[in-house]
Amino acid sequence: MADRPDETAKQGSNKPTLSLHVPEPKFRPGDAVDFSHIDVTVPGAQPRPDEACHASETAPLTLDLVRVLGDDDKAHGPWDPKLDPETLREMLHQFAMVRAFDARMYRGQRQGKTSFYMKCTGEEATSISAAMALASDDMVFPSYRQQGILLVRGYPLVEMINQIYSNRGDKLKGRQLPIMYSSREHSFFSISGNLATQMPQAVGWAMASAIKGDTRIAATWVGEGSTAEGDFHSACTFAAVYNAPVIINVVNNQWAISSFSGFAGAERTTFAARALGYGIAGIRVDGNDPLAVYAAERWAANRARSNSGPTLIEHFTYRAEGHSTSDDPGAYRSVHEGEEWPLGDPVNRLKKHLIALGEWDEERHAAMDIACAEEVKAATKEAEKNGILGHGLHHPFHTMFEDVFEKLPWHLEEQAAQAIHEREVKWPEGRKP
Amino acid sequence: MSATETANDAPVVTEDTRRLNMIEAINDALSIMLERDPDVIIMGEDVGYFGGVFRATAGLQEKFGKTRVFDTPISECGIIGVAVGMGAYGLRPVPEIQFADYIYPGLDQLISEAARLRYRSAGEYIAPMTVRSPFGGGIFGGQTHSQSPEAIFTHVAGLKTVIPSNPHDAKGLLISAIEDNDPVVFFEPKRIYNGPFTGFYDNPVEPWKKHRDSQVPEGYYKIPLGKARTVREGEAFTVLTYGTMVHVAEAVCAAKGVDAEIIDLRTLVPLDIEAIETSVKKTGRCLIIHEATRTSGFGAELSALVTERCFYHLEAPVDRVTGFDTPYPHSLEWAYFPGPVRIGEAIDKILSE
Repeated sequence: MADRPDETAKQGSNKPTLSLHVPEPKFRPGDAVDFSHIDVTVPGAQPRPDEACHASETAPLTLDLVRVLGDDDKAHGPWDPKLDPETLREMLHQFAMVRAFDARMYRGQRQGKTSFYMKCTGEEATSISAAMALASDDMVFPSYRQQGILLVRGYPLVEMINQIYSNRGDKLKGRQLPIMYSSREHSFFSISGNLATQMPQAVGWAMASAIKGDTRIAATWVGEGSTAEGDFHSACTFAAVYNAPVIINVVNNQWAISSFSGFAGAERTTFAARALGYGIAGIRVDGNDPLAVYAAERWAANRARSNSGPTLIEHFTYRAEGHSTSDDPGAYRSVHEGEEWPLGDPVNRLKKHLIALGEWDEERHAAMDIACAEEVKAATKEAEKNGILGHGLHHPFHTMFEDVFEKLPWHLEEQAAQAIHEREVKWPEGRKP
Repeated sequence: MSATETANDAPVVTEDTRRLNMIEAINDALSIMLERDPDVIIMGEDVGYFGGVFRATAGLQEKFGKTRVFDTPISECGIIGVAVGMGAYGLRPVPEIQFADYIYPGLDQLISEAARLRYRSAGEYIAPMTVRSPFGGGIFGGQTHSQSPEAIFTHVAGLKTVIPSNPHDAKGLLISAIEDNDPVVFFEPKRIYNGPFTGFYDNPVEPWKKHRDSQVPEGYYKIPLGKARTVREGEAFTVLTYGTMVHVAEAVCAAKGVDAEIIDLRTLVPLDIEAIETSVKKTGRCLIIHEATRTSGFGAELSALVTERCFYHLEAPVDRVTGFDTPYPHSLEWAYFPGPVRIGEAIDKILSE
C-alpha cells in the first residue's frame, strides 16, 4: 500500500479512477460505414528487401501494406511477381471454382444435406494465390477456411463433397465436422477445429524437414482472432529459436465470428508486427490483392528454403460472409462493411487486371463461371450417390471404434460389439438404418 | 518369445545383464533407440548439453548430436505441438516434460491433437510420440513436483499410459513405447529412480543394486504394452498397483506376513484385464493402491471393472488405498502418502470381511 500515492484520497478527488477498456467495433448493424481510417497504401510503393535479409529489415513492412495492383488494374513496383498470363488465368479459374463450390455447398447445407459449411468469400487470394506460390509438396497446416489450397493441389471435388456430406464415400469415415479435410497425398494436414493448434505442428514439421536435410518447407494459416491462443506464441518462439523453414500466414479478415479484430489486439498494432518481437521476418500484405499475396508468399518460401528462416505474413482482408452457416453476420456488424471495404474484391481485381492486359474478357469470364458451376454441380451429383448426412449411407458401426489406436484393445472391441448389438435391436429385420 | 519378453517371469540373470538404476535403464533405452532408429529424436527442457535435471538423457547429445537430442524453450504446449508436427513428417519424437506437474500447458496438443490425429484423419497421420515425464511424490517436491496425474490421461481416448516400477521394466517398456505407433504417456516414478522405496521412510534408502529387478539385459528388448506382471503370487487377496506403490505394497505385505498376490499393472491403457480377472477370481478379494488422489482416480476404474467382472467371486468389498484429495503438501508429505499404516489397515479390513 505504501507506494500507492495518497491512499486517503476518496473518489471525487481530482485523481481519475481506473477504468476498463472493452474494445468496440466502429460499426454495428444499421450504422453507415466509413473506412477512411484504413491506410490504403500506394501500390508499388513498398520496398522489397532481399529474401535473405536480416529479419529486422522487414520491420517497416509490418506496419505498411504491400500492394501491387493499382486502381488502373496494372501491376506496380518491386513486389510485382511478373506472372505470365497463363498462370494468372489459372489463378482466376481457381477463384471462380472455389466461389462456385462455396455457393453450392452453402446451399446444400441450407437444403439439409449436411450440418455445417464455411465459405471463404473475399479471402480467396489468401489461400489460392498463396498456395500457388508454394511447391506442391510443401506441407500445409491450414485452418478451416483454406479450401482453395485443395483446389490448387488438384484434390477432387467429389472427395471434398463426400467429406462435407459425411457419407460412405468420405475417406475420413464420417468422423470429422464438414470441411475438416485431410489429404496426405496432397501434403495437406488434417484440419483440427481446435484453433491455432496447427501452428506449432507446422513448426515441428518444418524442424523435422530441417533435421532430415529435406528441401520441403511448411506453411500454416491462422485467423487473426486465434493469434490470441498460446499456440501462436509457442509456434513463433520455436520457429525463431530453431530458424524453422516455415511460413506463418495470419489471415486478418477483421472478424472472429462476432468478435472484431480488436479483441485480438488490433487496436494497438498490426498482426504482422508480432513478428518483430520474435525476431522473425514480417510482411503485411493486401490480402485482396492476388499478386501481392503471391509475391509475399513466394518471398517467404524462398527465404525459408534457403535456410534464412521463418516469415509471418499478415493478410489484411475482409470476411465478406458469415463465419459459417451457423451465424448471421447481420446480427453483429453493419451490412455495409462488405460494400465499403476499401481493398475491393480479389476475384474482381484479378479479372480486371487480366482484361487490362488484354488477356481476358467479360464473355470468357461469364463462360468460365458457368463452367465452374456445372463442374461443381456434376461433382455434387456424383457425391450424392454416396449419400448425404443423416440418410443412412454412412460407414459401418465398427469403423467408429477403429483408428482410436492402431489395434483395437479389448475395451473397444467390447464397446463395438455393444454398438452393433444396439443396431440389431433397433432394426431387427436388418433394415438399412 | 525370449525370457525377457515373458510378462510374468522374473528377469533372467545372465552374463548379458548389468545392474542399473531406473535412470540408467531409461538412458540405456533412449540410447539404444537413438542408435537403432534415425527417426527417433529427443527434446525437452534441459535435456541436451546438461542431460536432464534427473540425468535421464546424460551423454546422449554428445553421442548423437544436437539435431537428435536438443533443449527446447520452456513451453510444454510448444514441445508437444512440434512433436505432433514431427510425427506427421515421419519422425518418432520422444519429448521429455520435466515434471508431470508441468504437463498441463501441453494438454490441448496431447488430448485434442496427438490422441485424435489417427482417428480424425482415418489413419493418414499418426502421432507416434512417447512423452516421458517424472511423476509422483516422496521427494519433498511440494505441490508442483509431486503430482500423479495419470487418470487425466487414461480418460482420453487414443492415449496409452505406461508406468514402470523397476529398471528392468523401465527399459523394456520404454523401447516398446517408442516403437509404438500411438502416442504414449510414459510416467516415471521419480521416488524410485535411485532405489526402490518401501514406504518406511525412516529406514535407510536401499539402492537398486540390491534389488532383483535391477538386472537389466544388455541391448534391445521389449516388454509388451498391456501386459501386467505378477510380482508375488498369493492366495489371500489381490493387490492391483503400479509404480512406486508396487514396492510399498510388497514391503507392507511382507511386514504383515500376509499371502498377497501383487500385480504390477505396468500399463494402465491398454489394461491387462485378463491378469486382473484371473487373480481376483482366484483370491476373491481385491485391494487397489495408488498414490494419486482418490476421487476419479484410476482406482475407481479398476474398482468398477473388478466389481462388474468378478462380483460373484468377491468375498469382500473392493477397497482402495490412495493419496488424499488435497494438493500434495510439503511438510506433511508422509501424512499424505498412502504408507504402511493406511495400507496395513486396509489389508486387515479386507481380510476380516
